[in-house]
Amino acid sequence: MAILLTKTTKVVIQGITGREGSMRAKFMRRLGTNVVAGVTPGRGGEEVDGIPVYNTIKDAVKKQGLFDVTVTFIPGTGLKEAIFEALDSDIKWAVMPVERVPLYDILEMVAYGKRKGAMLLGPGSIGINSPGIGALGWLGGSVEFSNKHFVPGHVGVISRSGGQSGTLPYVIARAGLGVSTVIHVGTEPVTGMSFADILPLFQEDPETDAVAIFGEMGGSHEEEAAQLVKSGRFTKPIIIYVSGAWAPAGMKFSHASAIVERGSGSTQDKITRLRDAGIIVVDNPNEIPQRLLELKKQGKLRVK
Amino acid sequence: MARLQEHEGKALFKIAGMPIPQGDVARTPEEARKIAEKIGKPVVIKIQIWAGGRGKAGGVKFADTPAEAEKITASLLGATIKGLLVEKVLVEEKLAIEKEYYAGIIVNAQADARCPVVMFSTEGGMDIESVPADKIALMNVDVIRGFKIYDALNLANELKVPSQYINQVARLIFGLYETFKNYGARLIEINPVVVTKEGKVLAGDCRISIDDSAVIRHPELGIEVAREASTPPTELDRIAWWVEEKDLRGTCYFAEMNNEIQDREVFGTIGYHGMGGGGAMLGVDGLNKQGMKVANFADTSGNPPASKVYRAAKMVFSQPGIDGYMLGGFMAANQEQWHHAHGVVKALREELPKRPGFPVVLLLAGNKEKESLEILREGTKDLNARIRIYGGDRVYDTEGLAAEMKEMVLEYKKEKNG
Repeated sequence: MAILLTKTTKVVIQGITGREGSMRAKFMRRLGTNVVAGVTPGRGGEEVDGIPVYNTIKDAVKKQGLFDVTVTFIPGTGLKEAIFEALDSDIKWAVMPVERVPLYDILEMVAYGKRKGAMLLGPGSIGINSPGIGALGWLGGSVEFSNKHFVPGHVGVISRSGGQSGTLPYVIARAGLGVSTVIHVGTEPVTGMSFADILPLFQEDPETDAVAIFGEMGGSHEEEAAQLVKSGRFTKPIIIYVSGAWAPAGMKFSHASAIVERGSGSTQDKITRLRDAGIIVVDNPNEIPQRLLELKKQGKLRVK
Repeated sequence: MARLQEHEGKALFKIAGMPIPQGDVARTPEEARKIAEKIGKPVVIKIQIWAGGRGKAGGVKFADTPAEAEKITASLLGATIKGLLVEKVLVEEKLAIEKEYYAGIIVNAQADARCPVVMFSTEGGMDIESVPADKIALMNVDVIRGFKIYDALNLANELKVPSQYINQVARLIFGLYETFKNYGARLIEINPVVVTKEGKVLAGDCRISIDDSAVIRHPELGIEVAREASTPPTELDRIAWWVEEKDLRGTCYFAEMNNEIQDREVFGTIGYHGMGGGGAMLGVDGLNKQGMKVANFADTSGNPPASKVYRAAKMVFSQPGIDGYMLGGFMAANQEQWHHAHGVVKALREELPKRPGFPVVLLLAGNKEKESLEILREGTKDLNARIRIYGGDRVYDTEGLAAEMKEMVLEYKKEKNG
């Protein structure tokens, strides 16, 4: 087991005929993901890697029944329409590897998703990868890279950076350990799922013994995680690094979410709150595998 | 740039039917005189720069006559205030202020909100963060439902705005929300909302940041570089944005920055070429911990072609006063790293012959790592410089690599000065 994704999770891809959509569809399938349908308006009746393409999700549902999750390969300004379409077709989970989404559009889709009782991962999330089960989005990069560096194990990984969501499993594997599920929350200024939405899932997952997190300045993911731990709703060990101690306020970096504004979201403040909640905060991400090995030594983390 | 100046923001208010003081923008002292003549009463002259706190910095002045307006404008134009060159001023009627309020909208990204928050306060004219909570009325907006005029009335009523101007105040808050929504703002503020002695309610000032991702929908705003920063784009920032817009394969983010390091000695300034938002930030943390400033923040990722990486590296090198170059690939990349290797080698072969002994640290990890490191070694082996090349075993050794950089920088500076 892992979180969220299983071998039978039924997946539809919106934008499957595009360059990214078709390439990632193959990648996901090769990793074992149950991708059964794709949607591109005007391309209904075609196939991508043997996957049937429909003009609308409604049509796909008519032919194949309800879907568990959609993965959207849609340009930023078109994402809102795609997500509303998915939500209106009773899809309860969306993975959105899409950047440059207008903020007000994000707010609208997140509000609509909440109303529909759906989970929205991203926007700006490269996805989720559970070694041995599958992947949604492009986390893991290539089949070869994913199989080599995403080793099955018992560390849950959450990252605010796409690149680092590939790097943490890499250094964890180098330390002789493995991961249950790796998940990237997304780089947009507002995301549908935050650390506090994901941690309870790891809490319930019998395969996850500890969680490693790559945090950064801006937003409120880290503060909410601290609150969750403080209130006793998450009890497994967490090891976290928070980057951006140097970042000047008001400057937005290549992650749209990494902006320190209105006196909140500074790295220092986050670290204080996390430590206050009893969470292990490391000064350098190098220490993450070291600390995990200490947990292993204490019998708190299984290897296989 | 996604932040608008006061006069640009006020033009949007006008479109939304929100009352603003009479006035116009002047780029010369003569223009200021003409505007003041047209207004026909005492005026206020405000420099148009991005920074807040203009009043305290001497950027807001009053003039009783058109001649005085001309003189004051002459003294302001061309001045450098808060580190920014003053190129234009806003000349407006001087308001007889009875009362000042505040109205603003931000986006709350917290899990229990994820929505716009409309804020209203009876304590206008001051920094909203220093206003006590009981003097601020807040509303989390359900964007599916929208923001209604009576929501605005309720906010004003909560803080006992007198009935005689509550409708005008509510209209202004409502217009503010419309502008926020229609132009894809990330933040919008009127501070102060002015109630005049004659009982009129106007937007006294205006601060708007447009969401970078919404800029594409609003060519009419004429925003040049859709990237939020605390200072206007520099020449290099503009070039970087041009590179980005011309070639959509992968990203090339570049921003010059004033990197402050507290509580420790500074040994040098590094031209910094990071990879991947998170990894790029990591590297700066490491350098700062070793007392090394960065001249800029750069990030090439998302599988850019070698040409884009090359351009980014050239921009990094074009900054005067750098003591070293770091390719901070602090990530196990899914992308094939040889594109980065090729781009960087080309830039190094052009730049390093101009700077003998120059310190260079190159780190690349992940897909095609072995081949990429070989390209870096082979491509730089005949160059007269201090070059260290590393791979995946050092992927998180930010401080270790920074320490090596520092050591080389100290040697290099000694050699150069000695």
